[in-house]
Amino acid sequence: MTEKSGPSTTRRGFLKAGLAAGGAVASGGAAYAAGDPAITELQPWMQYLGDGVDARPYGYPSEFESHVKRRNVEWLTADTVSSVNFTPLHELDGIITPNGLCFERHHGGIAEIDPAQHRLMINGLVDKPLVFTMQDLMRFPRENHVYFLECAANTGMEWRGAQLNGCQFTHGMIHNVMYTGIPLKLILEEAGLKTNAKWILPEGADASGMTRSVPMEKALDDCLVAFKMNGEMLRPEQGYPLRLVVPGWEGNMWVKWLRRIEVGDKPWHHREETSKYTDLLENGDARRFTWEMDAKSVITNPSPQAPILHGKGHTVLTGVAWSGRGTIPRVDVTIDGGKNWHQARMDGPSLTKSMHRFYYEFDWDGSPLLLQSRAHDSTGYVQPTKDELRKFRGENSIYHNNGIQTWYVNEKGIAENVEVS
Amino acid sequence: MSKFLKALLATTLLAGPVAAEEFGLGREALPEEIAAWDIDVRPDGQGLPEGSGTAEEGEVIYVERCAVCHGDFGEARGRWPVLAGGEDSLDSEDPVKTVGSYWPYLSTVYDYVHRAMPFGEAQSLTADETYALTAYILYLNFLEDLDFELSRDNFAEVSLPNEDGFFMDDREETEFAAFVREPCMEDCKDTVEITKRAAVIDVTPEDAAARERVESAAEELAEAETTEAATTETAEAEAPAAEETAAPDPELVAAGEKVFRKCQACHMIGEGAKNRVGPHLNGIMGRTAGTLDGFRYSPAMVEAGEGGLVWNDETVQAYLEDPRGYIKGNRMSFAGLRKDEDLAAITAYLQAASE
Repeated sequence: MTEKSGPSTTRRGFLKAGLAAGGAVASGGAAYAAGDPAITELQPWMQYLGDGVDARPYGYPSEFESHVKRRNVEWLTADTVSSVNFTPLHELDGIITPNGLCFERHHGGIAEIDPAQHRLMINGLVDKPLVFTMQDLMRFPRENHVYFLECAANTGMEWRGAQLNGCQFTHGMIHNVMYTGIPLKLILEEAGLKTNAKWILPEGADASGMTRSVPMEKALDDCLVAFKMNGEMLRPEQGYPLRLVVPGWEGNMWVKWLRRIEVGDKPWHHREETSKYTDLLENGDARRFTWEMDAKSVITNPSPQAPILHGKGHTVLTGVAWSGRGTIPRVDVTIDGGKNWHQARMDGPSLTKSMHRFYYEFDWDGSPLLLQSRAHDSTGYVQPTKDELRKFRGENSIYHNNGIQTWYVNEKGIAENVEVS
Repeated sequence: MSKFLKALLATTLLAGPVAAEEFGLGREALPEEIAAWDIDVRPDGQGLPEGSGTAEEGEVIYVERCAVCHGDFGEARGRWPVLAGGEDSLDSEDPVKTVGSYWPYLSTVYDYVHRAMPFGEAQSLTADETYALTAYILYLNFLEDLDFELSRDNFAEVSLPNEDGFFMDDREETEFAAFVREPCMEDCKDTVEITKRAAVIDVTPEDAAARERVESAAEELAEAETTEAATTETAEAEAPAAEETAAPDPELVAAGEKVFRKCQACHMIGEGAKNRVGPHLNGIMGRTAGTLDGFRYSPAMVEAGEGGLVWNDETVQAYLEDPRGYIKGNRMSFAGLRKDEDLAAITAYLQAASE
């Protein structure tokens, strides 16, 4: 069997059949004079034995899903070791991001760390500076939480207008994972905080020595020192064997390859909180310490990488929404560019500082669509339009663009990234 | 799903781990271990080691270990970070965020250079070398002279120009009043027009799989787009400046002004222009190469002028297309302009702005 060409020929054949039928594909697939060969012909997988249990000791997706992968935008950065790639949101459903598809952002490449050689040090304004091995850390009480991690620069290329065609590129610097980790509070208390301990400086063991200042209030609230994601050890590109989890706050603070936490009385103002991750406004002044991620949503299907290929008729629109300040009780959807809005159907678990899944099913009449979604979070904040954001922030802030995304879908179902009046 | 939810609820509703007195885990960190890892530096100078270095000493290290990415004058090559220039650009359409124009604290330079630079050889610089490089970066930004010596003792005396350019996150006070609201659901606007389109900019990476899925349908896209105009009026989208073609007109000059941003880390032009890292460019057209009074040219540039090189549209374009190849051994550290339209635009601008 020609496994390599299988998926594309099958897909193309189906697509052509659909188009030949004038875009109105019957719900059970195209009609055939002598029956669907997928049914009437004996397929190899029906006849011959497949791989046994040990053929794939660590499982991976079907070969027909090989197009589902993280991708980067080469012109964005100087070199892939200090760069970013993007989660293929348009290929995912539910709320959990599979470990291998979680977007990557490195500042000095992936540190490949032998966990036996990994240490976590707590020093600074503590009663007793401590060193932990991974084994020591595994003896602390653990918790499990699902949190989104969004890069502050997600959608950053869109400040000046619609730029990238695909939600993977416009919104893919996010993932949503269940973490297993130790409440940071327990580790800090083990060392004993001095009364003037107001800030921490988590530091990575990678070649960029990533550091960020985190206020003590947050450190003692819901931060985790995590070692597992979705049940298995962290992936190397996600900070194996240890990363900081800072729920609801910008991804850069979630220091990977965490090796040290210094406790201090003032922030450090390091590179990633001065030169970068500060939000330059129109008047030339910049906001600093913009930690929380504002409520945001995006329609993942249809979208430029996921056009409507079935023609008019019953259509499933879906997307994701999240807020760094709580849950998402409601998402509104419009298909006419914001003239009329409909409440989407929320589905799946609603967890604080986690992605939420929404659906809107409608009968598409085949006329052009202007699709938008608008998230409401549990504080009452409603996702603004891009122009509303620009009124406050101008176009140079790079970070924290949570404006409403618009996809234009033409009569053929092809989608494009646009902005509307 | 319900099982999943229940599991989650169980972890959140039941009592979490009790904050015990102490678990007795880990061991005390030794002073030499803390010294090995605790390299961070704060704006108040906490964390700075003994040592010192001059900008002049820093220049030698910089040329050898930093210029390959950051450029000879901190102007940067490719997409690597720009270190110098960008003064007064923060409120412009194209802000250039450098140590001189944007960074609030010098301690950040020391900390970052020492912890992460040179890229791929982190923590290989001594304290003296790091002081010297930090001093040299000040020099590149015209903030100190070449003989300036930076040390732990005088570190706190240096403040960067944009220290007061930052303020604490105020989204809650400034934005929430507008964004916490009950939005319109029905008949919210009369007309909707497309104002911007990604297809016009066309910078999305190629995706063979996606292309295959839509290519059959795409053949009919053009046809569809002519009919869509009836239902959705397409406003004029932003056209990339690069698409403008050669004709010495105001538009071309404006495009050239944008291109000139690549030059302005080193060159000034227009009223009050002075020599910087590079000579000022007033009156450049028609001038013999290497002859502006008061600027120290490379011997190669002087020689080119003596050989009869005069700057005009043709020679400027040839030089900017390949600065190193056109005049071998000259000091201008600029990779060159690759696009013909950029070359046309920059010459139009130089002509217009230097008059």
